[in-house]
Amino acid sequence: MANADRIAGSDVFRPNLTGRHATGRFWQTAFLGATTVGILGLILLMLNIVNNAFGLVAYADGEDYLKYSPIPVEQLATSDLVVLLTNELSTGAINKLNAEQPLDTRSRSDLLALVFERILDREVVASSTLAEAVFNRQAFEADALAKNPDARFVFKSWVTTDFLTVPMSSQALFAGVRTAILGSLMLIGLTIAIALPIGTGAAIYLQEYADKSLINRIIETNIYNLAGVPSIVYGMLGLAVFVRVLEPLTSGAMFGATDTNGRTILSAALTMALLVLPVIIVNAQEALKAVPDSLRQAAYGVGATRWQTIWHHVLPQAIPGVLTGSILAVSRAIGETAPLIVIGASTFITADPSGPFSGFTALPIQIYNWTVQPQAEFRNLAGAAILVLLVLLLTLNASAIILRNRLSARRAN
Amino acid sequence: MSNTPTLQKTIMTDSTRLKPLTTNAGTASEPSETAIAANHINIFYGAFKAIADVSMAVEARKITAIIGPSGCGKSTMLRAFNRMNDFVPTARVEGEILLHGQNLYAPGVDPVEVRRRVGMVFQKPNPFPKSIYDNIAWAARLNGYRGDMDKLVEESLRAAALWDEVKDKLKQSGLSLSGGQQQRLCIARTIAIRPEIILMDEPCSALDPIATIKIEELMQELKQRYTIIIVTHNMQQAARVSDRTAMMMLTEDGKRSGTLIEFDDTNVIFTRPKDKRTEDYVSGRFG
Ligand SMILES: Nc1ncnc2c1ncn2[C@@H]1O[C@H](COP(=O)(O)OP(=O)(O)O)[C@@H](O)[C@H]1O
Ligand SMILES: [Mg+2]
Repeated sequence: MANADRIAGSDVFRPNLTGRHATGRFWQTAFLGATTVGILGLILLMLNIVNNAFGLVAYADGEDYLKYSPIPVEQLATSDLVVLLTNELSTGAINKLNAEQPLDTRSRSDLLALVFERILDREVVASSTLAEAVFNRQAFEADALAKNPDARFVFKSWVTTDFLTVPMSSQALFAGVRTAILGSLMLIGLTIAIALPIGTGAAIYLQEYADKSLINRIIETNIYNLAGVPSIVYGMLGLAVFVRVLEPLTSGAMFGATDTNGRTILSAALTMALLVLPVIIVNAQEALKAVPDSLRQAAYGVGATRWQTIWHHVLPQAIPGVLTGSILAVSRAIGETAPLIVIGASTFITADPSGPFSGFTALPIQIYNWTVQPQAEFRNLAGAAILVLLVLLLTLNASAIILRNRLSARRAN
Repeated sequence: MSNTPTLQKTIMTDSTRLKPLTTNAGTASEPSETAIAANHINIFYGAFKAIADVSMAVEARKITAIIGPSGCGKSTMLRAFNRMNDFVPTARVEGEILLHGQNLYAPGVDPVEVRRRVGMVFQKPNPFPKSIYDNIAWAARLNGYRGDMDKLVEESLRAAALWDEVKDKLKQSGLSLSGGQQQRLCIARTIAIRPEIILMDEPCSALDPIATIKIEELMQELKQRYTIIIVTHNMQQAARVSDRTAMMMLTEDGKRSGTLIEFDDTNVIFTRPKDKRTEDYVSGRFG
């Protein structure tokens, strides 16, 4: 009887397995499509950057080398290059170069670059993207030769060691991003130094000490909302407060620095710190929330104070999450351009930043500056600088992941 | 000045203090010595009254079991004994808990000191993510222990019947132990700081039967020196290990507060309880 009932009961089910599996496959395909769109976007982005960072360059010298040397300058001995430079450049220019790095200690490629730039007036005639160089070479070469019949062609990677190590120049062939890299690195370092302790401290207070009173909930919600404020607004705040009102502090005048204004790395770092603080707080709070309550109870249960519990157990457990969240937040900020433009980072500066009170430029500023130039070769430079910025970002993100894995591995055993 | 309720400070410098079982044995025969007592305790979570008017005197060096249906407030009541409810923001305790006559809820009493004197073992074993050695050393150092640490660690682990199993791997993480060993490590950590009372909230509910028996045997050892209050939902366990049993239940006035309906020697509770509800519960007819 019972058996018969069960079989009879099966009549009221319509399993429709084919239909259910079809629906499942439909959604699986839809999600695969979404992933593909995302990956395509990324590929396009990378192609675009690479397309700009490599390409054919047509260049010509403003001056004939025969005026200065019987053989092409590339074949001159290094010591002859020094002599040539010393003879042809003004004493002022030589003194300045020697102050940066004495000529006779410089590398050959460095000296050659100086000869090309300062003496032979080597200039870009035309510059192509990678796609042009590959698919449309003849047309490009014809165009360039029409502009300057003396033009010579070379396939150039705009990312070179020189590009990384020489400062800014108005000549695209000799421009580099050293100043910008140093500025960005100092900015990151200072931003982390300011934002990490403050953000973690605030998160500890909100998560471990504050009760759930109305005031505290309002504060918390507001911090979360601050994370969504456009970065340019922080730039305006930074300009008003750090650059202007706090100028004696941010320019270093209080500490005896002279001949500076408030548009310093310190101002920028303070602005960036404000910008990333909400995100750091939210991330750190999440990391603290993830620490199981049983651990806190264990500590309280053996007579630990709240601070001992936090310091010895909660923080060590949460620190990988706090650090990872902070580094990711800061790496987001490195690419920020708007606030830096607003607070007035320099667009053209050749002197390395010397400390928190010096004027500076940063990679995104440099990129922005190059993209708005009309000549094609500056877009190549921008592409190269974007590659550098991306590598910097990836390094930071990777270090965040490595750090997290290291710390959690250490905790596990 | 004299009525300022400061807890007597126990100076933990003498690691031999664990040893003299005989000092305690002399006084243990006194049948009605009260170690800790609840006096008209009401506990609220916000507006909800979770515990209604519980009074009970817990005898020293006995095992007192608190039993009752789930949600009747056993854990809440247990946490009142070492002020763990302080960490629940909405919780409020009325009444007195008297430890050797001193009210733990009097103004000026430091709950941190209370928790050293009234230790706690939790439902889920929760060793610190540190080495076995440091699990104990940290707890002791925290409370200002200045004696020989190696000796204290060994004594505590021996007292928790764990020493033979871990003596060769003291540097290993406490988390690498089995559940039952972890729970014994938690007990070792608790006794390392020389509490007067040990509270246990369903200490075996996450353990297998063999680990459970080990803990139960250990409790029999520990009661030579310590007063133990154990919450358990397992009536056989209460019957097996405890000397006194407190039966808690929800009030029938519709407010669903937990209250103490009967508190007596364990064999009385399990063989001839006075309250009909106790009888129904211990005989499995509850619900
Ligand atoms: N942190 C808390 N906040 C609010 N209510 C709680 C909290 N903890 C327990 N309660 C409530 O108090 C009552 C007693 O809970 P508990 O002491 O955990 O019971 P038991 O341990 O006997 O199962 C239950 O109704 C429970 O929902
Ligand atoms: Mg409970």
